[in-house]
Amino acid sequence: MALIIKGLSKHFKNSEKATLNEINLEIKTGEFVCIAGTSGCGKSTLLNLVAGLDKPTEGEILVDGNRVTGPGADRTVMFQEHGLFPWLSVIENVKFGMKIAGMSNDVQEKRALYYLEMVHLQDYKDYPIHQISGGMRQRTALARALSMDSKVLLMDEPFSALDKQTSNMLREELQKIWMETKKTILFITHSVEEAVYLGDRVVVLSPVTGSIADIIKIDIERPRHVYATEFVNLRHQILAEVRGEAV
Amino acid sequence: MNIIFFLLVLVLFWQGFYWIGVDIFRWWKPYAVPSPAGVAERFITLLKSGTLIEAVVNSLVRGITGYFIAVIIGIIIGLLISHFNYLQKNLKPIVLGVQTLPSVCWVPFSILWFGLSANAILFVIIMGSAFSIAISVDNAIKNIQPIYIKAALTMGANKKQMYTNVIFPASLPELVSGLKQGWSFAWRALMAGEVMTTSTGLGQTLIMGRDLADINQVMLVMVVIVVVGIIIDKFIFSVVENRILKKRGLA
Repeated sequence: MALIIKGLSKHFKNSEKATLNEINLEIKTGEFVCIAGTSGCGKSTLLNLVAGLDKPTEGEILVDGNRVTGPGADRTVMFQEHGLFPWLSVIENVKFGMKIAGMSNDVQEKRALYYLEMVHLQDYKDYPIHQISGGMRQRTALARALSMDSKVLLMDEPFSALDKQTSNMLREELQKIWMETKKTILFITHSVEEAVYLGDRVVVLSPVTGSIADIIKIDIERPRHVYATEFVNLRHQILAEVRGEAV
Repeated sequence: MNIIFFLLVLVLFWQGFYWIGVDIFRWWKPYAVPSPAGVAERFITLLKSGTLIEAVVNSLVRGITGYFIAVIIGIIIGLLISHFNYLQKNLKPIVLGVQTLPSVCWVPFSILWFGLSANAILFVIIMGSAFSIAISVDNAIKNIQPIYIKAALTMGANKKQMYTNVIFPASLPELVSGLKQGWSFAWRALMAGEVMTTSTGLGQTLIMGRDLADINQVMLVMVVIVVVGIIIDKFIFSVVENRILKKRGLA
């Protein structure tokens, strides 16, 4: 198991009920798991806990058997707002984590170029961040996250700040990249369509109880197409669950 | 070019007022009102005798020395304040308060401790600018977007890497404008110190003008102080500032 979440609860001081309640989840190496739910269901809290940016009230998180006590490079996060550094160029941003990890310049360069090519940004490698589009920024952030070679890659609604067209294009690319690299990914989204499109499993969080309402295995072969009948059916079924809980 | 034309017009008006008020109607005493011609005359005399150059160089060297010491002290205090919560809560309010003291308030202490020496002036400069620099360092770090810190943390950055690779570059634009403000504080404190003590420099040249009842020399020194201030701001700080902002697409 790449990631094990055991009896995880989070209770914020100023709220009456627990944001997260007794979450149990296991993610296998190479698995793509999506957490779906309406806003306020605690999905971002869950990601922050796994990332180590926040501490749980109860329960524990294990990555490859090691208990999470704080943030670390084994759980890189790709954020909704790209989180790229404006004082660095595209390729320097991709190299950042590798530099922190103390890799040699040659390795940094080689791997950065490899992942930039994967996200089709090799021609923009020396651009400053402010000169590339929002979609390209998220691709840079994706290349940066991939280059870290983390045990688990955490994605916090990475495409939701983009326009629909760009966001669809990027998730298509992410699917392709995942099929090539088989990274272990925990992906947070409010979009059921995105979750069904990308995930091996979709975890539905309930905003009422703060616990897992359902876990749905997505047995559709990749590459997936959003207009295929089985895709549409599954999407409707999960959407009903997400909404049903929200009412 | 526009600004040069504007300045020329301004000087013409000034000379015009002088003629009308002093030469023609004699409303004002000539020893109380400077004239452009008088200031220019003093400028040439003091330039020829070397007094002016010597004063500018002395003041600049003193100002820059004091400023650099103030920058080092200010950055250290600023980093400590921003890093330790205890100091943030307890020391920062005091630094903020002391920073509001006009630098001339430090002159009595400086003379008592260092005599009428160049060190006394350095002391006034340091006290006059180090605290404002400390506050800007703390603010610059506080205003860093949290996502930069979060992103670096989840890429495994330790404390030292965080400071060198994220906190320093992320706060750089604000840091530079804080240092720029620190310089203007230092430059003003320098004048306060020079006027009060006795070391050759622009401040003493100004006081000499007063003692000789030479209002044109007083005015000349004031103009020189302004011009030197503008030159340092435009050709050093603004250049650095613009380069940083441009690189990040902020200017």
